[in-house]
Amino acid sequence: MNRWVPLPMLGLFLLAAALPSVLWMGGYTYLGTEVMIWAIFALGYNLLLGYTGLPAFGHGAFFGMAGYFLGATQKWLTGGLWLPLAAGVLGTMLCGGLVGLFVARRRGIYFSLLTIAFGVMFWFLVFVLDAWTGGEDGLTGIQRLSVTVPGAGGLALRDNVTFYYFVYAFFVASTIVLWRIVNSPFGQVIRAIKQSETRARALGYDTPRYKWAVFTLSCGFAGLAGGLYTLARYGAFAEPMSLQQSGNVVLMCLIGGGFASFYGPVLGVVVFLVLRDVLSTLTDHWMLLYGLLFMGIILFLPEGILGLIQRARRPTRFHDTQAAEAARTGDTPSGEAPGPAPRGGG
Amino acid sequence: MSAPATPAPVLETRGLRRAFGGHVVLSDVSLTFAPNRLSAIIGPNGAGKTTCFNLLTGFLAPDAGQILFEGRDITALPPDRRARLGICRSFQVLNLFDDYTVLENVRVAVPAMRRRGFDLWTPAGAVSEAEDRAAAIIRRVGLAGREHVAARFMSYGQRRLLEIGVALAGEPAVLLMDEPTSGLGSRPMETLRELVQRLAEGLTIVVIEHDMSFVLSLSHHVVVLHRGTVIAEGPPAAIRDHAEVREAYLGTLRYTRTA
Repeated sequence: MNRWVPLPMLGLFLLAAALPSVLWMGGYTYLGTEVMIWAIFALGYNLLLGYTGLPAFGHGAFFGMAGYFLGATQKWLTGGLWLPLAAGVLGTMLCGGLVGLFVARRRGIYFSLLTIAFGVMFWFLVFVLDAWTGGEDGLTGIQRLSVTVPGAGGLALRDNVTFYYFVYAFFVASTIVLWRIVNSPFGQVIRAIKQSETRARALGYDTPRYKWAVFTLSCGFAGLAGGLYTLARYGAFAEPMSLQQSGNVVLMCLIGGGFASFYGPVLGVVVFLVLRDVLSTLTDHWMLLYGLLFMGIILFLPEGILGLIQRARRPTRFHDTQAAEAARTGDTPSGEAPGPAPRGGG
Repeated sequence: MSAPATPAPVLETRGLRRAFGGHVVLSDVSLTFAPNRLSAIIGPNGAGKTTCFNLLTGFLAPDAGQILFEGRDITALPPDRRARLGICRSFQVLNLFDDYTVLENVRVAVPAMRRRGFDLWTPAGAVSEAEDRAAAIIRRVGLAGREHVAARFMSYGQRRLLEIGVALAGEPAVLLMDEPTSGLGSRPMETLRELVQRLAEGLTIVVIEHDMSFVLSLSHHVVVLHRGTVIAEGPPAAIRDHAEVREAYLGTLRYTRTA
């Protein structure tokens, strides 16, 4: 069981499942839906940023383009819900795979700059291809068609609570899959690449292939999240693809502690979206507060909120007796949060 | 001592040349490394020893010349392909996965793990073949009991041992060690000497080394590099008395740049 759903994850799932029925939170069902969608995106993105150490700055483009694949498929090709959603994921992965071919051999700043360039290119494409994408007006009229679930009959996704649980199912599945990935042999390799690509290569790993695979995978999750986001808003719009919005997912990972913990991105999304919601009702100048707050977090908590908590919890990991004891009692590294241990040096 | 027919070399270079800009670091270096021998490459700083290793392991491409592994031309192969053939190296500047424990460092280097590198589903710890193999190597380099210590928290001497353990985990056909004793005090040095001595029984090893007593006592064959060329080669006893080598090390060799 633990290999599938460790305890903190179970807690997270239960909490998310209960949210719409908690009275004072029930009004925030739509916000909760957005949180889960962005959490899928951020968890997938953190494969790149936190686990492989590849700072891709144009990932919003993949999140956004999924909507157009989904919308175009629903409007002009097949209709329905499942095929368009699959088209959103696969189309995005295909584009991600192509971009990956160009960026997988790059390191550091060159990698980042190339991802920005591709992100901006896709953003412009939306306006160039406005006959298909709707340009600035967006691709509207996308429907949340009802889903037939064996045994439960038809689920009307137009209902926000039903849609919440529809997204919830994807959130649960994605989280479990990502957890398996980061703990798998593949997960070990990408974390190794982050620590020393040269050494990983010297050990016989074709590191560009792994970087390509991670990039494409993360685009798959961006595509899933982007597709759900499009359904949530009944339309595909260009604004999540802009460079500015692309920064959001990076911030989410950093704030929550994507370098320190698997769950960092989820916490980051919650803080990011809920804070925005709360602050914007309090003051007209919320953007200023919001910006300052994030600057503070980046400056004073470089490993994010969960990084701080983790450091406080086990400051003496280097005492081998304790580590060995932990291992003997079954608290092996793969049993606990497998996030890459806090970065050293920087 | 009547030598039998020379066995085919495991690793061989022919006329290697490499320059950085106008500076020729290696010129016309032809070497052969026989199976189950420990060969040492010595030479003063800047002689081109590490460059030679980087050419052998594919991290640099030669400007001219060939590299053969078990008779096969591998000059154009990338470093990961060469590692998969069994050309394993350790680094002079420690190059470990610092966040990983000793066990994780070694386990990720085991070929049984590498073959499953694109397995996205099985927990890494459940690849028992790799786990067992890693445990055996950790014992072999004398780090048993330290399996769950993060590499960054180990002493320098133990990190040196781990560096060798990681290279060994790749099941080397030839093991290249770049200054394994670099920066070690006398006691860790002794541990390392014993380890290398044990490894040398039944493994082809090439080692870059500065410590002459280490080289002279352990190696079967010594290559002396000076300013990018081989100035002497032979069994350790012959090298010790070689006049040119003494001069190179004592720094009295005349300045012989020809350009």
